[in-house]
Amino acid sequence: MHFDTGDTAWILVAAALVLLMTPGLAFFYGGMVRGKNVLGMLAQNYVTMGIVSVLWITGVYSLAFSGKGKFIGDFHQFGLNHIWQQATGFESLTIPPLVFCAFQLMFAIITPALITGASADRLKFGSWAVFTGIWLVIVYAPIAHWVFSPSGWLYKLGALDFAGGTVVHANAGAAALALILVIGKRRGWPKERMRPHNLPFVLLGAGLLWFGWFGFNAGSALGANTLSAFAFVNTNTATGAALLGWLITEKFRDGHATTLGAASGAVAGLVAITPACGFVSPMGSIAIGFAAGIICCLATGLKNIFKFDDALDVVGVHLVGGVLGALLIGFFGTKVVNGAGANGFFYNGGWTLLGHEAVAVGATVGYSFVVTYLLALILHKTIGLRVNEDAEYAGLDLSQHAESAYENLTYSSTSSLTGLTGVQK
Amino acid sequence: MKLITAIIKPFKLDDVKSALEAYGITGMTVSEASGFGRQRGHTEVYRGAEYTVDLVPKVRLEVLVDSKEADAVIDTIVKAASTGSIGDGKVWSTPVDSIVRVRTGERGVDAI
Repeated sequence: MHFDTGDTAWILVAAALVLLMTPGLAFFYGGMVRGKNVLGMLAQNYVTMGIVSVLWITGVYSLAFSGKGKFIGDFHQFGLNHIWQQATGFESLTIPPLVFCAFQLMFAIITPALITGASADRLKFGSWAVFTGIWLVIVYAPIAHWVFSPSGWLYKLGALDFAGGTVVHANAGAAALALILVIGKRRGWPKERMRPHNLPFVLLGAGLLWFGWFGFNAGSALGANTLSAFAFVNTNTATGAALLGWLITEKFRDGHATTLGAASGAVAGLVAITPACGFVSPMGSIAIGFAAGIICCLATGLKNIFKFDDALDVVGVHLVGGVLGALLIGFFGTKVVNGAGANGFFYNGGWTLLGHEAVAVGATVGYSFVVTYLLALILHKTIGLRVNEDAEYAGLDLSQHAESAYENLTYSSTSSLTGLTGVQK
Repeated sequence: MKLITAIIKPFKLDDVKSALEAYGITGMTVSEASGFGRQRGHTEVYRGAEYTVDLVPKVRLEVLVDSKEADAVIDTIVKAASTGSIGDGKVWSTPVDSIVRVRTGERGVDAI
């Protein structure tokens, strides 16, 4: 095996960048919840880092990337046995297999972490930990295998997903929807409006996500080369366009462009360009980002129509954004950027690629939703996923962790003291 | 003896404090408060969800005075706190039975 030091150095750094996304996500979400639940949110994300870090090395990496199975990997690299061998189908990589394993670990950490935004303010800490560990094995590992591993059936089909629009975002979004349908709404929602307690945290978290996402997307080239540069530039361009798209939509709909909208738009753009960043041109990335900014902004209203309490809009941003990005490869994909990719409809490729993307989206979303729903239902009926009423009113910080984030919570934690009442437009 | 309580706009606190010091008041207590009068609240929007915030932040200022000075002190506060627009606040006085200075044990007007 030939290893390139430049490629190896870049992917090690990229892995560290992707790790930073999860604390970034924790702050992005943590700022949006009420002040009595911010530690609960941070803790759910941090424990996910702990659980996945251990499970991935122990066996989940092998299940996701080892072997020739179409639907799931094998036990060949359990406990990082045979880790000097490249993952199946990645034999031509110029980075050590262990570097690839570490890089993929960071994706496996942030995917379940994304779900915490939907179920915010009402999960038992221990139950979340159990849920995450099982979900990683029965939902994340198979889907990662289908799409990322060259042995996987969606990879073989020709479905393109450069960095995880389906595996990470559509998957987490579908799982989030399933989980909240099982556990139900926050007490008081939607009558009692739950205002973000710290928007500067949200913006700080979004900035960390944007920064870390360069590792996520440009690192997915698995080398330091022109393709990684395209992924890098496309990521930044689409994110900028999505931020603008969200702000313009808000300005026309609500009368104001908001800071929360700027952060949300940026994340929507990052999500949508994730599957496409190594397959489209920078001009294409503007279209994808701008569309994501507008459509995800409008999609956050779905929960009010269908009455599901997706607290921090994981469905509106990650499910919708991930699906949108994957489908738009079917239009904007071009082999000029990536010879291993395919031409979409706008590049005389016809509808074939869009069809493949639709199959990947349907399979990922369908499998993730059904299996997550069953898992959540079983856990809900046995160990219980939700905190009791007293704990929910007291807040997760106090009830789950015996801590509080702030000395004086009157303005941030309760709506009654600020006279806050909500009216949905 | 009287307790003068004033609810004023937060940004007028410095003006009121200066005016009271100029008048000769030697102490006061200030706290953050929220509430509503005729001014009502304002509207905020988060991801398209509109929130009405009913209670407006105000400052509550409390001063103990000799009864014969109460009217003059109230006038001083009103003059300094006024902007002429809605939400300027209110000032009222309440009779006080006894006052003790903790350090010396002085009572009544001497303790003010």
